[in-house]
Amino acid sequence: MNSDKYQEGLLISAIQNGTVIDHITGGEALIVLRILGITGSTNECVSVATNVVSSALGRKDVVKIENRELKDEEVDRIALIAPKATINIIRERRVVEKKGVDIPDTLIGVLRCPNPCCITNTNEPVSSRFSVQGKRLICDYCDTVIGSDISSHII
Amino acid sequence: MRHYISIRDLDRNQIDHLIDRAARIAVYGADAQPLKRKILGLLFFEPSTRTRMSFESAMLRLGGSCMNLGGVEVSSMAKGETLADTIRVVSGYADTIVLRHPKVGAARLASEFADVPVINGGDGAGQHPSQTLIDLYTIHQSMPLDRIKIGLVGDLMYGRTTHSLAYALTRYNAEIHAISPKGLGLPESLKHDLREAGCEVIEHDSIEEIIRDLDVLYVTRFQRERFPDPASFFDVAASYRITPSLLQGVKDNLILLHPLPRVDEIDPAVDSLPYARYFQQARNGVPVRMAMLLEVMQ
Ligand SMILES: [Zn+2]
Repeated sequence: MNSDKYQEGLLISAIQNGTVIDHITGGEALIVLRILGITGSTNECVSVATNVVSSALGRKDVVKIENRELKDEEVDRIALIAPKATINIIRERRVVEKKGVDIPDTLIGVLRCPNPCCITNTNEPVSSRFSVQGKRLICDYCDTVIGSDISSHII
Repeated sequence: MRHYISIRDLDRNQIDHLIDRAARIAVYGADAQPLKRKILGLLFFEPSTRTRMSFESAMLRLGGSCMNLGGVEVSSMAKGETLADTIRVVSGYADTIVLRHPKVGAARLASEFADVPVINGGDGAGQHPSQTLIDLYTIHQSMPLDRIKIGLVGDLMYGRTTHSLAYALTRYNAEIHAISPKGLGLPESLKHDLREAGCEVIEHDSIEEIIRDLDVLYVTRFQRERFPDPASFFDVAASYRITPSLLQGVKDNLILLHPLPRVDEIDPAVDSLPYARYFQQARNGVPVRMAMLLEVMQ
């Protein structure tokens, strides 16, 4: 048993069914919850550990959500702000799927375009679409670039 | 199906091909009515008489017909119809759509809903690829496009024609001199893209310091609303005005371009000098747009 597992075990117990998001950059668990739409008024049973000692990251956050398996577009959102995270889908206490959070080449419906004149910010029947070029995200419709503070543009 | 949405969608071969085709049309005219029985739908959601008329002229010269949307105030857009729906409907009426729209990215959206080719006639502060092709064609009439030294003057922060032209010139390894007052320089993201594409970008705050080295000077307007007070607008506009005396000592083959309409940017006394090419540039709108229409409809 490595020290990561030991620390986690002390802080939050294993779950029966659901999702464990591990290796979130220390202190960013609350942003992950926000982009998953989890607030005090939603029903999920959620455990959060922040600033757990991690051999790989120094400090990391861990989020466990019971009875909810993340969808691919939710994984895309997490990838944007926590590129080192790993996502484990748990069924009957076993990890049945391990998703890395690779940022895809195109992000559809994940970010709101910061350009108020962009056609995606109107009532047209389209989702926002951003191309990922390294650390820059470029709106496919209006060419607006999001280079920093990505989390504030996540829908 | 081929759309013309952004100049960025065109590589060098495609641009060269359009320029050659426009040049042949300008000299020999088009074949007899190649677009006879074709209909061009002109959807102008904001006024732009010149762009609309030059597309109309191009289509009529090719033997085709044009269909106008009419005023936006009487159209179904006024009743709240989405652009996507308008485009789906007009796709059934026209063989090609030229769209002018106040929102950026409108043409890209239209191309996703249209069953016919879409040509962007300018969307908000976004793209206007036919204008850039006209600019390139006009430069090409005077000199090879490769490795030119071009000065871009005016509001380079918000000026869509200069952005699009600068981007297109990365295909030809241009040396770009960005001449603007502080605060209205090229956006950082565009400079990044230009340099990434291998272009040299040099910034200046006066025209005098660079004009004698240039092959092309591309002048655009300053918009009054970008300035905090009228006095600072007039000061800036005056210090960037092109006059005969400013042009003393420039290269013999310098050409002066402006997408028009101009206000005070160029002294009318410059019009008769050999450098002035902006009226020729405006006329070039027709053969260039003829070439584009032939590409998408033939
Ligand atoms: Zn946008």
